[in-house]
Amino acid sequence: MAEPAIELVGIDKRFGAVHANRDIHMRVEKGTIHGIIGENGAGKSTLMSILYGFYQADSGEIRINGQATRIADPNAAIALGIGMVHQHFMLVEKFTVLENVMLGVEGAPLLKNGISKARAELKRLEREYQLDVDPDALIEELPVGLQQRVEILKALYRGAEILVLDEPTGVLTPPEADHLFRILEQLKSQGKTIVLITHKLREIMAVTDNVSVMRQGAVVATRKTEETTVEELAELMVGRRVLLRVQKGEAKPGDIKLSVENLTVRDSRGVVMVDDASFTVRAGEIVGIAGVAGNGQSQLIETIAGIRAAVSGRVLLDGQIIDITGAADPGELRDRGLAHVPEDRHHMGLVLAFEEYENSILGYHDDPLYLNGPFLDLEAIKADARKKIEKYDIRPGDPRLKTANFSGGNQQKIVLAREMERDPGVLIIGQPTRGVDVGAIEFIHKRIIEMRDAGKAVLLVSVELDEIRSLSDRILVMFAGRIVGERDSDADEGELGLLMAGVEHKEAAE
Amino acid sequence: MSQPFAKLPAWADYGLLPLINLIVAFLVAGLVVLLVGESPIDAAVLMVKGAFGSGDGVGYTLYYATNFIFTGLCVAVAFHCGLFNIGGEGQAYIGGLGVSLVGLWLGNFLPWWLTFPLAILASALVGALWALIPAWLQAKRGSHVVITTIMFNFIAASIMVYLLVGVLKPAGSQAPETRVFAEGGQLPGLGWLLNLVGLSMRSAPLNVSFLLALVAAFLVWVLIWRTKLGYEIRTMGFSPKAARYAGISELRIIIITMMISGALAGMMALNPIMGAQHRMQLDFVAGAGFVGIAVALMGRSHPAGIVLAAILFGMLYQGGAEIAFDMPNISRDMIVIIQGLVILFAGALEHMFRPSLQRIFYRLGRAKNRTAAAAIAGGNQ
Repeated sequence: MAEPAIELVGIDKRFGAVHANRDIHMRVEKGTIHGIIGENGAGKSTLMSILYGFYQADSGEIRINGQATRIADPNAAIALGIGMVHQHFMLVEKFTVLENVMLGVEGAPLLKNGISKARAELKRLEREYQLDVDPDALIEELPVGLQQRVEILKALYRGAEILVLDEPTGVLTPPEADHLFRILEQLKSQGKTIVLITHKLREIMAVTDNVSVMRQGAVVATRKTEETTVEELAELMVGRRVLLRVQKGEAKPGDIKLSVENLTVRDSRGVVMVDDASFTVRAGEIVGIAGVAGNGQSQLIETIAGIRAAVSGRVLLDGQIIDITGAADPGELRDRGLAHVPEDRHHMGLVLAFEEYENSILGYHDDPLYLNGPFLDLEAIKADARKKIEKYDIRPGDPRLKTANFSGGNQQKIVLAREMERDPGVLIIGQPTRGVDVGAIEFIHKRIIEMRDAGKAVLLVSVELDEIRSLSDRILVMFAGRIVGERDSDADEGELGLLMAGVEHKEAAE
Repeated sequence: MSQPFAKLPAWADYGLLPLINLIVAFLVAGLVVLLVGESPIDAAVLMVKGAFGSGDGVGYTLYYATNFIFTGLCVAVAFHCGLFNIGGEGQAYIGGLGVSLVGLWLGNFLPWWLTFPLAILASALVGALWALIPAWLQAKRGSHVVITTIMFNFIAASIMVYLLVGVLKPAGSQAPETRVFAEGGQLPGLGWLLNLVGLSMRSAPLNVSFLLALVAAFLVWVLIWRTKLGYEIRTMGFSPKAARYAGISELRIIIITMMISGALAGMMALNPIMGAQHRMQLDFVAGAGFVGIAVALMGRSHPAGIVLAAILFGMLYQGGAEIAFDMPNISRDMIVIIQGLVILFAGALEHMFRPSLQRIFYRLGRAKNRTAAAAIAGGNQ
């Protein structure tokens, strides 16, 4: 057998008390697509950062094409033919595609020669791998799918033979993701080696040849993709059996609790973010809003929650108008029974520098329950926090611990406990499981269903289409600020994907 | 993974690290002293002796510290809200107006223990109002407080020159200062306090506003960590988005915080005016507003830390004056250099030694774990 493209031998890495990578052995064969799957914090990104020279391993060896090497920094990795496509693109928005591709490898102090050479090389790459992008387009004017293509071109331009993609589909619509997978197949057929890091099982099954599962810093298994199943991989990831499908009964929709009429919202630059949106949410149902990130979902729920101002339209809570001029007091809306789990829990839902118990009252700190005149009743607050910790199984169960030291899943539980335990009539939830490990996802989904069954109106926004489909009783699809369609919970995934990509008009014409 | 190093235990974070910073600052200052041809050891002895060696030394040290506690608290309260109020200098200066009006007028017929609370109120009010305008501009118009408060320092200075030269100066006098307050406008000294510890104070101006400063420090602690308002201030300071989400009005919190901050600065004026000079002189603040920034930085915006840092700077002022007096090669400006070094190492370069200290603690922790593990393994055999 040929030498493997990458061989990791006993890679070990610690950050203080955190053992991020434990004695990792991995072989990535040449000309294959190798998946690495694991929960958040399983050590995938650390491992790839070691491979790309961002970190040095404490011990162990990296062999590229059979040669033991030391990768001191990303330049060394690039020289070895390793290219990385980061989860968050490293592109200069105001530069053209060409300028971005040649950034850092201009070749000479004067750009003139470099540009024409780069243009020719870019043409060749585009032809060879069928990666069509206009070299003179500005990055900020390209859709994310194409921006990602530019990232891939950047790596290839630097002579990458091994391409590492870190969570590449997080920002893509399903059709864009499919397109990416075709590109990866194409690259593979040209002899490139691809490492695909993801936490989505479906993607692993769709494109990879081999898959390594990581858990708590260690590789717990490596399988040939065709010889494994989604269920087995999920179990390996979490270390126990997981229910992938949410179990729920029929919805029993009641009265209209929340009603949005012709809502239009602009951002600070005046760009229309929500365009004439109308819908209702009834008691005892979950309405899911599907859409690719950045299509106005965030602005929509922030407006309803009283955080952002609308240009026009009406929002009614229990038939009573909500002030959406931007002067609304989110505290007053809470009193009226509207709870909000924000998308951005790090900056909005929590104050990470606070101790856990301080966050357990954020937004409800006006409640006389927690106060003694102008003073905080610390004993009452802590007792309350302990109750929530117990009920929501928040770990570690210490109300005095700084919130930043909790894992993503436990941080989310702190927010959920705070908002759900108030017994609100309407619950708005943004990205309930973003950055949350599989075990906690199961728990959070169960709680959301319980809220519905208790007769609450739930408005759910998520960029994970699977999540929307498995939780929602009705699905609204948002594209470019507009609600472009409503479907039942058993809607076809392909159809939703097309709606999310904004191709509903053709259908309507048919 | 976001925490590449072991967390320091609290005693190392709040005690050891500032101590290391301070030692390095003094070592570098010692080099400077060496450079101008004086003995650093003699200078150090002179400084400590000058600051703490006599009743008057202690009296002066604590007198200066009183100023710095007020201005340090002023900066710290605003810090907790994410605001950088560098207008303490001007707020304290203008605050002198409140003190002087009470001292000049009510001092004539009320005893000090009645004028004192009224002067506290007046100085706090004037200081707060002077901070209100930048606060309003920040909250309503987004004009950055750093810019506006520093501009207001200049405005305050100009107004005070105008008033002291033209309005408040007694007729016939050549000095830009008010007349001396009547007895009711003079605060009693704290000589008895020093007598308790066996020191005697003759000329030092330490007075009851020192006790007021300690009370203010305690009240700031209560405000920040024990009240709903403090909770809202800290939420705003850490994350304005979270504050918006929680229904905390940005306008209200910024204005209230800045007014508290300005009030604390304004109260600083009590110490030199009613406590020491018994009249208002030109430029009585003398940079204490800016030292307050260093004090707040060094004290980590915690009242206890601020009191300690303020005493340290009081020592530098008092001991520094002694050095300048006794060592011919060391001028007043050299003392400013030494103070600057302390600010640099203790404030601005605060995190310089943190990574190495964390690494040391991490190694220690690991070694301990290893020996513990070895002991267990040994026990199993």
